[in-house]
Amino acid sequence: MLNKEYLVVKDDYANMGKNSSLIKKTLIELGIDNKIIRKIAVASYEAEINMVIHAYGGKIYFSIDDDGLIKLVFHDDGPGIPDIEKAMTPGWSTASAKAREMGFGAGMGLVNIQRYSDSFDLKTSPEGTIITICFNGA
Amino acid sequence: MQVKDLKQVKEFVFVNEGNLEANIDDVFVGDLLSWVMASANINSAWITVQAHINTVAVSLLKEFSCLIICDNADIEQETIDKCIEENFCLIKTELNAYQCCKEFYKLGL
Repeated sequence: MLNKEYLVVKDDYANMGKNSSLIKKTLIELGIDNKIIRKIAVASYEAEINMVIHAYGGKIYFSIDDDGLIKLVFHDDGPGIPDIEKAMTPGWSTASAKAREMGFGAGMGLVNIQRYSDSFDLKTSPEGTIITICFNGA
Repeated sequence: MQVKDLKQVKEFVFVNEGNLEANIDDVFVGDLLSWVMASANINSAWITVQAHINTVAVSLLKEFSCLIICDNADIEQETIDKCIEENFCLIKTELNAYQCCKEFYKLGL
């Protein structure tokens, strides 16, 4: 029904969140329920900034199938998450000093993504991390 | 309460007026963006010292009513430009976060 992809660039702080804004705009145009859109906006933003701050950039794949399932795949280009358990612990962060000064690095990114999505899957290796989140939009 | 009601607070300097008719139902104070993303409600006035462009992105995604930069923190020009582009209210003040909250309380929130 709908397939879009977006490019995320490493360390592009000025444009962080731009893709999540575009995704949100599309969801509004499609008339998706506001409560669902707000959940998606939080999860999407967190995943997008992770790709900018922690990864070497990557791509976001956004799709909605005929059953109304909204799927977002955040596929970055590495370097992978060495310890997923720690990364999923609220408050734990490896963000740089610069990112922390800007208010990032609260250690809530992955936690928020999982909390706000209906389903959450994370696969990681040095080649890259793939986070797949779904929302029931119907 | 609407954004225009904040004009009564003399210490609030409107850097960009944006939508003065936007409703304010809540106030959130925080400088850690992920906490704000996770915890703040829509139609909130957000009080922070973070004045870079990403605070505008968070504000729009969270459907906030206005952004209040407290403690006279320096605001980057691109933050102002983005607020103008998005018709979003940006306020600067010498008050600290607690003093800002007191003003909201006085206004009935």
